[in-house]
Amino acid sequence: MIILTLEKLSVKAQGELILDRVSLEIPPGETHILMGPNGSGKSTLLRAIMGLGGLRVVSGKIFFKGRDVTKLSVDERARLGMGIAMQSSPALPEVTLKGLAGVLAERFKHQWQPVAAELNCEYLLDRGLNDRFSGGESKRAELFQLMIQRPQLLLVDEPESGVDLVNIAVVGQALKKLLKPEKIKNREHSGLIITHTGHILNYLNADQGYVLINGKLVCEGNPRDLFEEISKHGFEGCLACAECKRR
Amino acid sequence: MRRMQAEIETRRDNLRQAALQAREKPSVYGEDFDPSIYIKEGPTESGMTDLSPQLREVALLSGFDPEEKARSASFFQENDEVLYEKVAALYNGQVEVLSIERALEQYEWLWDYWWKTVAVDTDKFTAYTELHQKGGYFIRILPGAKVELPIQTCLLMSENEGSQRVHNIIIAEEGSSAQVITGCTTVPRIENGMHLGVSEFYLKKGADLTFTMVHNWAENFYVRPRTGALLEENASFVSNYILLKPVKSIQTNPRAILQGKGARARFNSIIHGRGDSVLDLGSVIELIGENTRGEAVSRAAAGDNSQVLMRGKLLARSNSAQARLECKGMLISEHARMQAIPELEVSAAPRADLTHEAAVGPISREAVEYVMARGLSEEEATSLIIQGFMKVGITGLPEILEKAVDEMAKSISEGGL
Repeated sequence: MIILTLEKLSVKAQGELILDRVSLEIPPGETHILMGPNGSGKSTLLRAIMGLGGLRVVSGKIFFKGRDVTKLSVDERARLGMGIAMQSSPALPEVTLKGLAGVLAERFKHQWQPVAAELNCEYLLDRGLNDRFSGGESKRAELFQLMIQRPQLLLVDEPESGVDLVNIAVVGQALKKLLKPEKIKNREHSGLIITHTGHILNYLNADQGYVLINGKLVCEGNPRDLFEEISKHGFEGCLACAECKRR
Repeated sequence: MRRMQAEIETRRDNLRQAALQAREKPSVYGEDFDPSIYIKEGPTESGMTDLSPQLREVALLSGFDPEEKARSASFFQENDEVLYEKVAALYNGQVEVLSIERALEQYEWLWDYWWKTVAVDTDKFTAYTELHQKGGYFIRILPGAKVELPIQTCLLMSENEGSQRVHNIIIAEEGSSAQVITGCTTVPRIENGMHLGVSEFYLKKGADLTFTMVHNWAENFYVRPRTGALLEENASFVSNYILLKPVKSIQTNPRAILQGKGARARFNSIIHGRGDSVLDLGSVIELIGENTRGEAVSRAAAGDNSQVLMRGKLLARSNSAQARLECKGMLISEHARMQAIPELEVSAAPRADLTHEAAVGPISREAVEYVMARGLSEEEATSLIIQGFMKVGITGLPEILEKAVDEMAKSISEGGL
C-alpha cells in the first residue's frame, strides 16, 4: 500500500496560496527528496502533510496508507505513524529533552538511552528543548525524538541546514539507519526529505526527487541527477532539463 | 544562668503594648480586612487525641504523613490545640519538636528569639498574632545533627469562621542540616476563616535548612503569614512555597536576612491561582554579609478569576553580594490577572551584582503543537508544558510535591485553556 499520497493539494497561509495542486506518491520503504528555491513552499508542504497550524487546505487530499488524513489533527496523524523533524523548532525551555524523550519512549515502547548516545544528545538531556541549541544540536535533538517515535513516514526539513560537517555525518547516519536498513525487505520507513545543499544525498540512496517552484511540483526524477542539474544550472536550468519527467 | 522572670515579663509587656498600638495598622501590601471578626476566645471545637481517618486524608494532601514512616519528627495542631508533638526514637538528641508554649516554658533563652526577625508592630496581623496567639511549633535541630528524614508539621483548621494565630520558631544550630515540611490546611467542610502565622527562622553558622510550606486552604479563607529568617556565616536556607488550592486571599512577603558571610538563601514559589483567589506573594532577600548569595524563583499559573501578584525584592548591602530574581507567570484563563513586580536595590555596595527576569504570558500555541506532533494529545502536551513550567528552575522539591504539581498541571490541561 502506498504510504503517502498527495492528491492535487492546494494550501493557503494567511490567505495566500502557497501550494498549488501538488500531487505525489511515496511507496513503502522509499525515500523521496524535495528540492526548490527559497520560498517555493517546501516547508509548507511538509507542515501541511503533518497537519501543523497556520495553514489551510483549500482543495485536494492527503492520504496516509490509504486513509484520508486531510482533516485529522497533528497528534492524530502522529499516532497513525507520521513524524516530522522541523527546520526551525520552537524553544520550549520548560520541557527538558529528557522529559519529552521519557514520555515518547513510554508511548512508543522504545528505549531512549541508546538513541541519545548514538546521536550525541546525552549532554542536552537536561536542557530545555531547543532552548539556545546550536544548529547541529537542534537537528540531532529532532532526530533523537523521531528515532524514539520511529514513524512509518518521516518528514524531514533540511537536516543539514546550519550544521557543520561532523554533525551532518551524525544526522546522515541516523537517517540512513532509520530509512535504509541493509536488506530492502526490512525497510519499514518511508521519507520525504527537503534538502538545499544535497549533502544528505551522500548518506541516503534516495529513490525519487522533486523540484518545487512557486508552490508547484515542476520536475521529478532521479534525485542525484536533479541535484546535479540544479548545481550546474540553478533551478531555471532544472526547468529546462530534458531528462526529468516534466509534470 | 536563669534569667529574672521580671525581665521576661517586661519584654512581654512591651511587645503587648506595641501590638496594641498596631492593632489597626493595615499591611503595606494586600487587601485589608478586620481580623477581629475571626477571633473567638475560649476553647475551640478540637481537642482530639488522635488523627481521625478524615484528618489523615486532609493532612496527606498537604505533605503530612500520618504514618510518620519516613519522618524524623512530627507536630500537629488542630485549630488552637496542639494534638501531638513527637520525635522518632532514632532522632532523639538530634531534633526537638515542641509546642511553642511548652518550649517557652522550658527554655527561657527562647525569649531572645521571640519577635526578632519579624517586628510585632509590622501590621495588624502581627499585632493580632501577639495579642491572641495560640500554639505554633518550636523546632530545634541540635548542633551538628544531620537529620536525613524530613520533620513534618501540620496546622489544620476544622472550625468554621474560626482562626489560627500561631507563632513558630525554628532554630538550626551550628553545622546542622534538616528539612521541614509544613502543611497548612482545612477539612473539606470548612468554608471561611483566617490563618495568621508568624514564623521565625534562625540558621546558625554552617546550618543548612530546607523549609517547604504547602497551603491548602478553603475558598473564603484569609491567610496572612509573616516570616523572617536570619542567617549566620555560611548558613543555607531554601524555602519552598506551594499553593495549589483556591483561597479568598493570601498576602505574604517573607524576608531572609543574610547577615553572615557566605550565607545563601533561595525562595522557590509554585502558585496556582484558582477560583476568585487574590494572591499577593513575594519574598525579600537582604544580602548583608560578604559573599552572600540569593535566589528567588517564582512560577505562577493564573486560572479562573484569580488575581496573582508576584513580588520579589533583592537588597544588597555588600559589594561581593550576588543575587537573582526570576518571576514567570502563565495566564491560563481570560479572566485572570497577573502582575510581576521585581525590585532590586543596592545600598552603599557599588560592586554588588543583582539581576532579575520577569515574564508573563500565555502558553505558546506553537509549543503545544510541537509536542502534539510527537503524538501527544493537546491535553497531554499542555500538561507536559505546564508541569515543566511550574518546576523548571525549582530545585530540591520533595517528591510528594513534585506529584502534587504534576497533578495540578494535569487538572489545568483537562479543564482546557
